[in-house]
Amino acid sequence: MGQLSSLEGVKTKPKPVAPPSSWTVRGTLSKPLYRFIALTSFVLLLASWWSVTASGIVDPMFLPSPQDVVSQAWNWATTDNLFTDTGISIYRVMAGFAISALMAVPLGLYIGAFQPVRAFFEPLLEFSRYLPAVAFVPLVLLWAGIGESSKITVIWLGTFFQMVLMISDDVSRVPMSQIEAARTLGATNGEVIRKVLLRSAMPGMFDTLRLTLGFAWTYLVVAEMVAANSGLGYAILQSQRFLQTDRIFVGIIVIGIIGLITDQGLRFIHRRLFPWVKK
Amino acid sequence: MSTLLVSHLNKRFGAFEALRDINLTLQSGEFVALVGASGCGKSTLLRIVGGLETRSNGVLEIDGVGITGPGHDRAMVFQDYSLYPWLSVIENVRFCRGLKAYRGQEANEAVRHADLLLELMGLTRVRNSRPDQLSGGMRQRVAIARALMAQPDFLLMDEPFGALDTQTREVMHDLILHVKEVEKSGILFVTHDVEEAVYLADRVVVLAPHPGHIDSVWHIDLPKRTQDLKLAPEFLHYKREITQRIRATSGMVSDLSVLAALAAG
Ligand SMILES: Nc1ncnc2c1ncn2[C@@H]1O[C@H](COP(=O)(O)OP(=O)(O)OP(=O)(O)O)[C@@H](O)[C@H]1O
Ligand SMILES: [Mg+2]
Repeated sequence: MGQLSSLEGVKTKPKPVAPPSSWTVRGTLSKPLYRFIALTSFVLLLASWWSVTASGIVDPMFLPSPQDVVSQAWNWATTDNLFTDTGISIYRVMAGFAISALMAVPLGLYIGAFQPVRAFFEPLLEFSRYLPAVAFVPLVLLWAGIGESSKITVIWLGTFFQMVLMISDDVSRVPMSQIEAARTLGATNGEVIRKVLLRSAMPGMFDTLRLTLGFAWTYLVVAEMVAANSGLGYAILQSQRFLQTDRIFVGIIVIGIIGLITDQGLRFIHRRLFPWVKK
Repeated sequence: MSTLLVSHLNKRFGAFEALRDINLTLQSGEFVALVGASGCGKSTLLRIVGGLETRSNGVLEIDGVGITGPGHDRAMVFQDYSLYPWLSVIENVRFCRGLKAYRGQEANEAVRHADLLLELMGLTRVRNSRPDQLSGGMRQRVAIARALMAQPDFLLMDEPFGALDTQTREVMHDLILHVKEVEKSGILFVTHDVEEAVYLADRVVVLAPHPGHIDSVWHIDLPKRTQDLKLAPEFLHYKREITQRIRATSGMVSDLSVLAALAAG
């Protein structure tokens, strides 16, 4: 006690406290620094790509240079139909994804809510999830022909089963006390589902949809490669036939950019809609 | 004025006997605390009364009417995570008003009641905040206000202040006593804190484990509760006696010779 109080009078220069390191587990990172690091990774990728092609050790037919890819993109956009191809691909992804989501959200909600529904669907869905969607393409062509419906069906096959299972998990994660509080206030089953389960699971569901949208693009390309005469996947396959590697790169990069933009956009909307979710 | 009656109630989970021959009555305006060793079935009993768990056999009724499930005559307050994070404080409190069970009740009256509850619980300032913006103590106030909004005959609380620090708990204790005066609900309160039980309750029920049964019931005969009372001899007497009962029934008598042996290496 005496020692402690004798220290009170001592004047020492206050040392500035160092901010916590970004390298502690789950540490923090300022927004600008995050952006800077993210940008660095893209710049590094681009730089190594450029230096490999500029050094001339790789045949441009295997790996075209960034400049070639850019000029090919310009070419495709001005004299060919890059925008119609992109448009039709986006349309197919959206249609297949929307149908999946419209079916998966209610089904996942009921699986997460009622054990008998879970018992009926879950093993079936787990089984279906492991059926390779790609292997269904010949069958889909047989059943649905080569119209729009076959591409949308392939996307549906690739996304639906994952989506239902992930959404039912989101619903299962709703804290029991939120449900029980509603029940002791007199809520009916329907009210618990609409006013608690759906609302509480919504941020998780939104994230699930964001993730499965990525799967949808993969299956789109598969579908367009075998059963289309338009779209980015079709264009990529055509380019392979004529050994236009630079055009293949354009197709791949366009899909990557669309993915990055939608993902960032959806994350932004998520933060706006669900501000209470701490990330 | 309502009476909750628990009579010869038993509960089994499969082969495990959780509760045996529980007898208890609780009236409006009465405060009963359930204490006992961990795992002796306090939460199970509370959840059975709340209708969230079924009883294996025995009688459970309010004013002679058997209880078969949860209902808004018995609102429950949980320890944690029960608020709706997407709703503001006032919307959480008014949650029950959106349910079918409350259709046709006077709306103006409800608005006034919600405002009164916010004021009673000291929540007026944070009326439009979200739960994640509040401290733990404030959140529990919202949870209590939400339960009281249903105007329940009985309020069931399972360690509602278990996650709070000592100072906040003391504030909550005086608040809950005030609530009891104003709202006239009967309160069944689970806690592992004997001091809390003696301070708040009219009766303290000690549950003992293996299987869960009522060991003893203590009628707390103390003057008006103030924080100073916690140091009064008669308060400490209750606290000591009840703590000893719990220790005796818990079967966890700390064996000092074993500790000494451990320390000696
Ligand atoms: N759903 C269940 N299935 C099987 N056993 C259960 C179930 N719920 C509780 N039990 C058992 O019943 C006993 C009483 O549990 P309970 O949660 O009521 O104890 P408690 O007195 O509230 O304990 P604590 O003070 O730790 O909260 C425990 O042994 C527990 O393992
Ligand atoms: Mg418990």
